[in-house]
Amino acid sequence: MNCQQAKPLINPYADGELEAAAILELEQHLKSCSACALAWRNVQGLKKALKQEALYFTAPAELRRRIKAELPSPAKETPPRHAWNWNWLTTAMSGAFAVCLALLLMERPSSQPPLAEEVVSDHIRSLMGNHLMDVVSTDQHTVKPWFNGKVDFSPPVKDLVAKEFPLVGGRLDYIDGRSISALVFQRHKHVINLFIWPAKEENSKPTALTPIQGYNQIHWSDGRMTFWAVSDLNGKELMEFVQDYEAEGQLK
Amino acid sequence: MDDRERLKLFEQTVLPHLDAAYNLARWLAGNDHDAQDVAQEASLRAFRFFGSFRGENARAWLLSIVRNTFYTWLRKNRPPEKMIEIDDETLEIEDISAEAEAASPQFADADAVRRAIAELPVEFREIVILREMEGFSYKEIANLAEVPIGTVMSRLARARKLLQKRLAAEFNPGDQ
Repeated sequence: MNCQQAKPLINPYADGELEAAAILELEQHLKSCSACALAWRNVQGLKKALKQEALYFTAPAELRRRIKAELPSPAKETPPRHAWNWNWLTTAMSGAFAVCLALLLMERPSSQPPLAEEVVSDHIRSLMGNHLMDVVSTDQHTVKPWFNGKVDFSPPVKDLVAKEFPLVGGRLDYIDGRSISALVFQRHKHVINLFIWPAKEENSKPTALTPIQGYNQIHWSDGRMTFWAVSDLNGKELMEFVQDYEAEGQLK
Repeated sequence: MDDRERLKLFEQTVLPHLDAAYNLARWLAGNDHDAQDVAQEASLRAFRFFGSFRGENARAWLLSIVRNTFYTWLRKNRPPEKMIEIDDETLEIEDISAEAEAASPQFADADAVRRAIAELPVEFREIVILREMEGFSYKEIANLAEVPIGTVMSRLARARKLLQKRLAAEFNPGDQ
């Protein structure tokens, strides 16, 4: 591979959008070409700069109030019929919906494992109000002992701060009729709940499930524990999280 | 589904993404006042059309509505000459190598980065927000922004080049 071929691949490589064969060739080239290696470092530096927390604008409370005020309150009458008038759509809007609908039609949900819905409901509930964390700590040495005496197993607590999935806390939760541990990780503004409890089933490799209500889920089991990772993070990064979690050595 | 259930489901699936909606609107509109108007209008539209949402990805769905709402608002509220015509045909994926190491100080300076993003043409800015802040894949961005994947890639490459230049200039004004 020469520079001409390598340069257009640097951005997709940085975004995790390059195919495996091209990755190998590009990595070879980056080892031997200092100009391309510099371009690669610069893209990485820039990506990191753009992910800074300080750049993300969170919705003001005022906006939430305004929206709530405009939505029908549960006690009120049925909203007027004209609200559903399709003529209201602009052409641009109908285009967007056509794309959405096409996607929906192509990707019909397959059958879900029985707990998938329950796990997503738990995830959504955790995001409401001040429900997310019972123990707030970025320190795995604080989070792990916190579960002592609260659950009858010892969840493998790991911090992935080096992989940019910092641990932010833990929570006691209830799934499948038992108390379970939930670890909370973050990537940028996206919360990842990792639900852990003792496995009943055989080993299984991490498998991405059909998203429910827009939340991606990955389920796996190491024979000892069963794991469910849930987040609104895109499927690719959630899988990265799972792989990083699996690769990370466990705290003794 | 009765109206009460629909409202409850909307509050559970769509409203949790209000931060993402506001963030995109804020970056597109450039100020809080307009961003709140756009995000509010988009959220209410989302509620009106919630019946057409089939539970794919609520965040992408809401953001596509924010985007459409913003461009409708833009046509009404800002003079057309302010909109920059982007000719994607001429946008080759350029040489993205920089002349010098992009030193880290200005990359860590949130204000400098904020100014640099704000100066991007809006068509580039939205791709950067969707990719870096929302973490959508090229394919997801292409669906959401209704452009081909190739256009997503060329705009992203072009935007990064502009950002790097702008940040380098900020740090070393004498070089320009």
